[in-house]
This record gives sequence, C-alpha cells and structure tokens, in this order.
Amino acid sequence: MARAVTSQRKAINTVVAWAIGLLIFFPILWTILTSFKTEAQAIASPPIFLNFDWTLENYAVVQERSNYMRFLWNSVIIAGGSTLLGVLIAVPAAWSMAFVPSKRTKDILLWMLSTKMLPAVGVLYPIYLLFIQLGLLDSRAGLVIVIMLINLPIIVWMLYTYFREIPGEILEAARMDGATLREEIIYVLTPMAIPGIASTILLNFILAWNEAFWTLNLTAVNAAPLTAFIASYSSPEGLFFAKLSAASTMAIAPILILGWFSQKQLVRGLTFGAVK
Amino acid sequence: MGRITLEKVSKRFGDVEVIPPLDLEIDEGEFVVFVGPSGCGKSTLLRLIAGLEDVTSGKVVIDGEDATRVPPAKRGLAMVFQSYALYPHMTVRKNIAFPMRMAKIPEDEQKRRIEQAAAALNLTDYLDRRPGQLSGGQRQRVAIGRAIVREPAAFLFDEPLSNLDAALRVGMRLEISELHKRLETTMIYVTHDQVEAMTMADKIVVLRAGHIEQVGSPLELYHNPQNVFVAGFIGSPKMNLIEGEEAAKHNAHTIGIRPEHIDVSRDGGGVWSGRVGVAEHLGSDTFFHIHETGLAETITVRAPGEVQFKHGDQIGLTPRADLVHKFDAEGLRIV
Amino acid sequence: MATQHSRSAARLMMAPAVFLLLVWMLVPLSMTLWFSFRRFLPLRGGDQGFVGFENYTRFVSSSSFWPAVQTTLIIVVGILIITVCFGILLSLLLDQPMWGQGIVRILVIAPFFVMPTVSALVWKNMFMDPVNGLLAHLWRFFGADPVVWLSDVPIFSIVMIVSWQWLPFATLILLTAIQSLDSEQLEAAEMDGAPVLKRFWFIILPHLSRAITIVILIQTIFLLSIFAEIFVTTGGAFGTRTLTYLIFQRVLESQNVGLGSAGGVYAIILANIVALFLMRIVGKNLDA
Repeated sequence: MARAVTSQRKAINTVVAWAIGLLIFFPILWTILTSFKTEAQAIASPPIFLNFDWTLENYAVVQERSNYMRFLWNSVIIAGGSTLLGVLIAVPAAWSMAFVPSKRTKDILLWMLSTKMLPAVGVLYPIYLLFIQLGLLDSRAGLVIVIMLINLPIIVWMLYTYFREIPGEILEAARMDGATLREEIIYVLTPMAIPGIASTILLNFILAWNEAFWTLNLTAVNAAPLTAFIASYSSPEGLFFAKLSAASTMAIAPILILGWFSQKQLVRGLTFGAVK
Repeated sequence: MGRITLEKVSKRFGDVEVIPPLDLEIDEGEFVVFVGPSGCGKSTLLRLIAGLEDVTSGKVVIDGEDATRVPPAKRGLAMVFQSYALYPHMTVRKNIAFPMRMAKIPEDEQKRRIEQAAAALNLTDYLDRRPGQLSGGQRQRVAIGRAIVREPAAFLFDEPLSNLDAALRVGMRLEISELHKRLETTMIYVTHDQVEAMTMADKIVVLRAGHIEQVGSPLELYHNPQNVFVAGFIGSPKMNLIEGEEAAKHNAHTIGIRPEHIDVSRDGGGVWSGRVGVAEHLGSDTFFHIHETGLAETITVRAPGEVQFKHGDQIGLTPRADLVHKFDAEGLRIV
Repeated sequence: MATQHSRSAARLMMAPAVFLLLVWMLVPLSMTLWFSFRRFLPLRGGDQGFVGFENYTRFVSSSSFWPAVQTTLIIVVGILIITVCFGILLSLLLDQPMWGQGIVRILVIAPFFVMPTVSALVWKNMFMDPVNGLLAHLWRFFGADPVVWLSDVPIFSIVMIVSWQWLPFATLILLTAIQSLDSEQLEAAEMDGAPVLKRFWFIILPHLSRAITIVILIQTIFLLSIFAEIFVTTGGAFGTRTLTYLIFQRVLESQNVGLGSAGGVYAIILANIVALFLMRIVGKNLDA
C-alpha cells in the first residue's frame, strides 16, 4: 500500500505490537534468564530480572546429571532420520502426483491427509504391541519409522504444492532434450525445487523434534529424546527452577532458531497448501 | 532428414476425442504452420508428434521409421515452448549445453556448437547469465539456441511468440524465418495468429476441433478457401460473409468477399449502400465499418490510402464480381 | 496429460508412499477394532475372548466417560475461541506499518516452536507454582492471595498453556490471509465511505472466513489429541482427563486394552467427523 502513514500512528502501532510481542515471548525469555541464575536467585522474592550473578553452572549440572547430550543425540537422530527418510519416499510420490496427475490423484492426496488425522491414541496399543513383538520398543529405529509415517502425509503434501508451482513445460523440455526420467528428476526438478525441499525438511524436522506422544509412550531409556528428558524433570519442587530452565533452554534453543527460518513455510505446510 | 508422416492419428482424453483420425504429410525442409482457434487441437497434435502425448491410434512416422512408441528423447526432434521452458537454475551456456550433455557429446564439440549458436542468435554476451536476467526476446533466443545445437530432424514450435510484445514479435518472426532459410530443416510451428501463419509458412494446416479444414500454401488458402471456416479465419481484416437474398443471387448459401475486394464510392454509385460507422485511418489504408447495408450487421471495407468519409456518411459499395467466394449450405466452396 | 510410459513410472514412484501409509493405517486400525470386541487384560488374564459390543457400552457408561467428553469439549472450544479471537486481533495489528515488524513477528511466533513438554513444565513450575511461580509473585504484589492454578482452576490453566502454544499458529495463518487481501478492495470501500469497523466487518472478516475455518479445523484435530500438556501438568487429575487421556489411562495404566480400544474407535470416529469438513475445504482448493 503506497500510502503515507503518519509517524504518530506508526509509533503507536510499534509500541502496542512490541508490548504484546514481548508479553507473548516472555515465558521463553524468562526461562532463558532463569537458566543463568543460581537456584536461590531463581526463586527469590521479589523475582530478579537482570541484576543477578550470571552463571553457567546449571548447564553443567544438567549435562552431568542426566547426560543431556545423549537425549539431544536421540532427538537429532529421530527428527533428522525420520525427515530424511520421509523426503526420500515422498519426492518420487510428489513428482508423480504433481506432474502425472490422474483422476485418482486428488483422492490419494486426501486419503494420505486422512491418515494424518487418525488420533494417535486410537492406535496406541497396537503400535505398542507391534513394537514389543518386533523388538522396536525404546529403539531409535522404531521411532524414526513411526514419526516418519505420521509426518509422511505432510511431507508429500508440502512437496506436492511446491512441485506444482514448477511449470510442467520445463520437465517436458528436459524430456525433449533427451533426458531420461532419472536425469529429469536429478538435473532439472530437484535443483529447481531445492527451496521447497529445504523448507519441507525444516518444518518436518521441527514437527518431529517436538512430537510428544509417541516419543513419550514408546521410549524408556535408550531411545528417549529431549521430550522425554524434559518430562523427567516434572518435579513440583521450586528448588529446581534454574536447572529446569537450563534443561528447557537446551531442549528448545536449536528448534527456535530453525523455526524462525521456517515461519513462511509453516503456514503452507500446516494448512496443506490451503492458505498461502 | 525431417520427413514426418501422420497416418490415421487420433487422440482421446477419456471420453473426449480431441483429434479424430487424421493424415498429414510433412516434407523434408518444409515450414509447416498449424493454425486454428484455441482449443482446436493444434498443440495436442504437435505434442503427439513430439511424443509428449501418446497417440490413441494411428502411426507417427519420422524419416520412414515408425516412431509411435519411441519416447520423446529418442525422436531426434527439438521443441521450443510457449513459456520457453528454460532451466532457471542454469546459465544460458548450460541451458544450451543441456541436450548435448544428455546426448554425451564431447566437451569441445559442445563448446563449438554453443559458440556457433550464440553467435547466430546474438547471445554471446549473455552466455553466463541466468534466464531470469534476460528479456523475453533473449529468452526466446536461448530456447531456440537450445533447440539448434541438437541438430534435430525437425523443430517444433509451440506458440513461441505469444508471450512477446507486438514489436518484438514481428522481429522474432523474421528471425525464425531466416533461421529456416539458413538451416533448411523441417519446422512445425503452432500458432493461433493467422498473420504469423501467412507470413512464415510454406504450408499452412488449418485446424478446427481436431479436424484438418484445409492444407495449402498461404496464397492458396487466401485465394481458394475450401470452406466458410477457412475463409473467415485466413485474412485480416476478416472476410465479409453474407447469407440470404444477396447470396441466393449468386446461387449460393453464403458468399464471401474480402474487405480489400470492395470498392467504395459516394452514395448512389454502388451495387450496395450503407452508412459509415467507425473509420480506422492507418495511413496506408483506411478500414471502414459499414452499417445498414441490409446484408450483414457490419461490412468491413479496406480502401487503399486515405479516403475521407466521415461517421454517418451514406456511401456506395461495389464488390469485385470475380473475387466473390461462394459456399453451399454445408459451408463448402462452390467451384 | 502424459504418455503411457510416464504414467506407469508415476505409479511405480508413488507405490512406496502409498503402500507404507496403507500399512500404517490398516494394520493398527484393524488391530484396534479387533481388540475393541474382546476382553483383553494383558496383566490380568490376557485375551479372554470375544465380548461383542460390551467394551463399547462399558466405555460410554463408565462414570469417567461423560466428564471426559465434557472436559475435552471445554478445553478444545476454549482454546479455539481464545486463539481465533486473539489471532484475528493480533494479525490485524501485525499487518499495520510499524518499526521492527520482523522482530515482533518472530517474538509472537516463538511459542509454537517450544516443545509441548517444555511449555507445560515451564508454565506449571515457573509461572503457576503457588509459592514461587511468577504469577504468585504478581498476585502478592497486588495484595491478592496466590491462586493454586493447577488444582483450583485446572482446566482454565491448561487452556491458557495450550492457547499460548497455538496462538502463534492462528496468528500466522490469519496474517498470511490478511496480507493476501487485495488492498484495492479496501481502498474502494474507503472511497465508498465505509468506516473502519464496517470495512473490517464487511471486507476483512469475509475474506478471512476461509482461513478461520481452516485454523479451527486443523487446531481441532490437533487439540483433540492433546497429551503431553496434561501428562506433565496434572496427569489427568483434578478433572482434566480428556477423552484422549482417558483412553491412554485405560490402555497403558490400567492395561484394559479391550476397553481402551473401544474408546480409541470412538476417538477415531470423532476425529474423522472433523476431518471430513477439513478435507472438503482442502479438496476444493485442489481443483483450483
């Protein structure tokens, strides 16, 4: 809109928006701040905001006591593995649906979506049982598979909406230029779709990272990722505020950073292309 | 090289027959234009030749060999698309090199052909740019360059000029014609613009609803349209088509007379008469849209030079009797 | 629009994804259905045979069923109202010209990326703790008695926590929708003399209606299966047992698989009713 806005109006907008933005962000900010306090300062009354003795002690304690690195590594493996595996399976499928649509394409897409809407709790026991039978309980491989499967519809959908924006004529040009199907996908489609594939990976990595039903119910010790690590801090005592904060900060920091990069794609991915 | 024959080729999409069985012969080195209104199946026909669509029945023969089941990559044809379809992530050089890379042509030969094509198409300075940094006309030339280096048996053009502005279109039309004269390779060109067809083609194929209405040289089509559709489609401004009493006088259901074959005179001096509506003064010619003739809603007349009739003037019209086209009730030409 | 060759290639390339999802859907689903018709207590006698619809009737007639349904509804509807209303206001605000818009956007979106277990724990301890929580400090500062959030107003507390997590989602989608509104439409309305409120009511809101519907549907699907937030905060106590949580307890805590499976089937049916509406909107969009 090429309209001059009075700077007074803009100033009011700015103040109100920043105030609300900070209010919404405050719990995260407070957690990060608390993680640098001593336990005593963390529960001081009245609360201390900035003028406390900054310390990294909590981080050291958390790492030492609960082996943060192992949980982090599990999270990385589970989120990364499930995302990459999902993308590998989804790219060919999305190619097919975007460029060789048939009468059933729409039905298949909607059906895939419908599997995403199955309430997890409805199939909790069967999965639990299957995992025991297959020896997958509390294993990273098992979680990679399950989380890949629950996110696969989103991955296919996101890739599909990105691929659909690539004009089919370019792929036909490649075919006329003598490219085989494999060459067409490797040399033409994939490079053109890299931004879309990257955002798909990013968003699904975040979703997998934060998944907190299967990761809580199918893990015990070995494969437990950060979601379970945090749940284990479920202590009612205020004495652990600083350590809880440190643990929380470590669990969310990687994903907050990634998330900020993916805000635009978030909309598309989570609305299945219905809002752009 | 470059002889293409279609034998009883047809195409259905589900229940819809887009192209009923048709035969067509394209000779080596010919510049053939498929022309027709949108939805007439001309692009589909081109894609059938390219192999981007399967024929439902019939045979596509290229240089004497049945290519019906041959994938597009192996037909030895090159195509220039309406959207140019350049690879946006590759430089101009890589775009042009792509088909040769796929054909595993040696690097130095690739380089030679790229330089040759770039020189011919004025692209030498742009080889390291990406398509996004080029103007419409330059992109068009890159697309042509990518087609040339393959040294194909035939070039296929799918409405290549429709995304260019009017001035550029005239220039590119000439360039493509010159390219054809120089390479002497078969070219098949699809357009909805009859001016492009008339100016470029050796042979025009007029299509309507998948049917071939007429095949012939531009002037054949201009002088002897085989039916009312071709008569109305070829020529600009359009031929005047008159039905009813006036046509009956010529023992025809419909008569057609081109705007340039009607002479105008002051009132009282013509076979027909009418009132001047809009007059378009082009300098070289003047187009009059004449109403109240009792023949058709509007009669278009093309008078050479500057003719000073004003809106509302009553004038006389005289068709040149030997240039009146006659058609029967089916719309076919009466000889 | 393609050749036979590419069509068969397409079918082949689609096969792995379709096959995996088919297995993923059918195997557990049919197992759930199977268990739901059986008396199955893994720790107390195992599979004791076919019992017809007994689990279904028992699940519905159990004293915890209707409270769970009620809790689920209150939580879902409460969160929807809060996130949609504040989401609209917030997105309208963020659409205005201001300094540092990008940073404000990031601040507002951040809660969505916070792990559910983290947000539940942080709220439970650092904010809602009746002694050391920040809200308790705030209450005392104003001379009020601190509220024992998770036991006095447990449902309200959970609604707050989850709304905080989902407000960014609603805001982001509504903001995207607002930004796609053709500004000429608004200018035309302004030329026609429509005041700000009327412009909002007659142009912006109808334009947003589709996005709002989508937000409601998608959130409903996710909210119906809220788990970690309850697991971590109240563990289902104080009347915060939702349908999802009830089923979870039946299956894993009391190990009554038959009963839990029947509940699971109910949950699946419920989710599918919502999903049907969502799919119709998404499907329509596919045709365009």
